[in-house]
Amino acid sequence: MLHIVACIKQVPDSREIRIDPKTNTLVRQGVPAIVNYFDLHGVEEALRIKDEFGARVTVVTMGPPTAEKALSQCIAMGADEGVLVSDRAFAGADTLATSYVVALTVQKVEDTWGPVDIIFCGKQTLDGDTGQVGPGVACRLDIEQLTYVEKTEHLDINTREIIVHRHLEDGVERVKANLPVLITALAELNQPRRASLPGVLRGIRYKPIVWTTNDFPDIDRSKIGLKGSPTIVSKTWVPEPKQVDTEFLDTTDSKAAASHLLDRLYATGSLQNSVLA
Amino acid sequence: MADAKKKRKPMIGLQPEGDVDWSQYRGVLVVVEQRKGIAKPVSLQLLGEARRLAAKLDVPVLALVMGYQVSQLAQEAIYHGADKVYLCDSPELDHYRTRPYSRVCLHVIRKYLPEIVLMGATNTGRDLAGAIATHLPTGLTADSTQLDVDEERLLLASRPAFSEKMLATILCKQFKPQMATARAGVFEQLPRDPTRTGEVIPVPPQMDAQEISTEIIEFIESFRRVNLQDADVIVAGGRGLGGPAAFGLLEELAQELGGVVGASRAVVDLGWIGHDHQVGQTGVTVRPKLYIAVGISGAVQHVVGMQNSTCIVAINKDPNAPIFKIANYGLVGDLFQIVPALIEAVRARNGEAIPMNMPVNS
Ligand SMILES: Cc1cc2nc3c(=O)[nH]c(=O)nc-3n(C[C@H](O)[C@H](O)[C@H](O)COP(=O)(O)OP(=O)(O)OC[C@H]3O[C@@H](n4cnc5c(N)ncnc54)[C@H](O)[C@@H]3O)c2cc1C
Ligand SMILES: Nc1ncnc2c1ncn2[C@@H]1O[C@H](COP(=O)(O)O)[C@@H](O)[C@H]1O
Repeated sequence: MLHIVACIKQVPDSREIRIDPKTNTLVRQGVPAIVNYFDLHGVEEALRIKDEFGARVTVVTMGPPTAEKALSQCIAMGADEGVLVSDRAFAGADTLATSYVVALTVQKVEDTWGPVDIIFCGKQTLDGDTGQVGPGVACRLDIEQLTYVEKTEHLDINTREIIVHRHLEDGVERVKANLPVLITALAELNQPRRASLPGVLRGIRYKPIVWTTNDFPDIDRSKIGLKGSPTIVSKTWVPEPKQVDTEFLDTTDSKAAASHLLDRLYATGSLQNSVLA
Repeated sequence: MADAKKKRKPMIGLQPEGDVDWSQYRGVLVVVEQRKGIAKPVSLQLLGEARRLAAKLDVPVLALVMGYQVSQLAQEAIYHGADKVYLCDSPELDHYRTRPYSRVCLHVIRKYLPEIVLMGATNTGRDLAGAIATHLPTGLTADSTQLDVDEERLLLASRPAFSEKMLATILCKQFKPQMATARAGVFEQLPRDPTRTGEVIPVPPQMDAQEISTEIIEFIESFRRVNLQDADVIVAGGRGLGGPAAFGLLEELAQELGGVVGASRAVVDLGWIGHDHQVGQTGVTVRPKLYIAVGISGAVQHVVGMQNSTCIVAINKDPNAPIFKIANYGLVGDLFQIVPALIEAVRARNGEAIPMNMPVNS
């Protein structure tokens, strides 16, 4: 049977993050945590493959203890097992340190439940927003990466061939690869399902497996958490809010308004009369 | 399956290879992304920015060109600012694939030791940069919108954080090269200068064709795929359009203005228009010269993706719509009145001008 791992991250719902106008700092208090938007598409694709071919779906996340809730949500959708890798020593990880721990986790998942055929990651996280962890994990596991995937065209579990569509800025690429592969999911890939009632109940009751650094006897402590993160945030600032004096144009006569607007746009160079230029 | 069981342990925690005398690392390397021998605009923009950084550091600008039958592009890189170009030209590099491309990059970085490596934050650039930075290993900053260097020769890569609400400057002190991907449309490309000269250094491919297990079956170029990132004019529509049909109006306006059509997520989710039109946090971040928001309320997730447009026009019937807060010009009213009037007005102007360009005997 296929074994699929979906990597998820719990992130603050960015809609709710505000900047305190007095202190110019982020107000994160009371901001609800959600499963990273793109990761749910990875979980959904894993579940679709499970529906079609039968598969074991393991969801993994590195995060604080509260990330249990994110795993429960995926269990409710239909994943088989959830693994939370959690330890204070992991805190402050950048993408290099994160991919190290996630790759070790996948390896331990393999040791526990058998070889993994497909790993799903999201295209990027809403907070880290780099899309680097997926390629990092693939590199460390020495498997092919298929990033920015918008469609699984074909999967043959006997020949172990997969054909996916990668979304690029200027077109679509149809790529064939052999399992195992790591795929990063775009929103176009699918529509994540709602949990069924039995699913919800299972999610509520489910206790994820928790691994700490002690569960990784060979872990190199110089490669995890803040210490293992080569990138340092040296400064953050809130950009000057764009001072715009909106000029409202009189729209009682649409024609006049349109003409007025065009005059302005050509005069300010926002539009160029390419034909005359 | 044999490959699934293959021992993977040795790769997981990667170490820098060979000697680690970071002081030997010199130069600013731009990895040039191309399709059919034509560079992506962001790569040329980065060559321009690399010149500025290299001047401050007093080092050369290096470029890496990979592909098949792309030697002409090596010259182009020189015309756009490179002093030295590493050129790997080989049939198996015809289409981008992570492994053969990353092997070449790793080879060039390890042999020629650049202190900074820059790539466009395109899907391909991010795919490649993520793999290389892990392999080396080194620190990688994604999606930079400002680059600079300090007295200690450290790269200061600044990028939007927390849904573009803040900017963060990111450093990598521990390893070399310092790596960053950078957004399209932010940095200035230098004017093409065909009198510039430089050195082209051939680099052999680093993988045999039969070692590469992925195969590009085909690349379907979408002529209709909107290239929001490189567009000068974007006409974007939201739920106010009331249905997919009204996108025809926006398409007309965009065409007259030489622009492309963008959209809010709400309408993409409704299926009124394709995903690749989506502007915003979970779509594309754009910086056109002109952004016309039609029937878009201006939710933060949308605004973060377009607020840096040079000029913003908002058309919305609700005078309190948040989009007006960031608009240079506001038109409060019904889009079904205003947009057709705009199309007509632009046509009238284009119409006046067109005859000047028409061939005499057509
Ligand atoms: C995690 C997350 C990520 C998101 N990412 C994005 C993203 O990347 N991009 C994005 O856009 N959104 C994103 N959103 C969604 C965002 O929060 C808003 O829901 C969305 O942008 C609203 O789209 P809209 O402005 O088209 O629709 P609405 O908010 O419904 O606004 C429609 C507007 O049209 C106006 N209108 C109606 N009829 C007319 C008329 N006849 N003439 C003129 N005006 C009219 C109305 O006054 C209203 O202001 C995200 C949300 C989440 C939770
Ligand atoms: N802490 C984490 N635990 C598990 N998976 C993660 C973690 N961080 C990132 N990922 C995965 O990597 C993808 C890209 O993340 P990022 O590089 O932060 O944009 C995410 O969509 C997740 O699938």
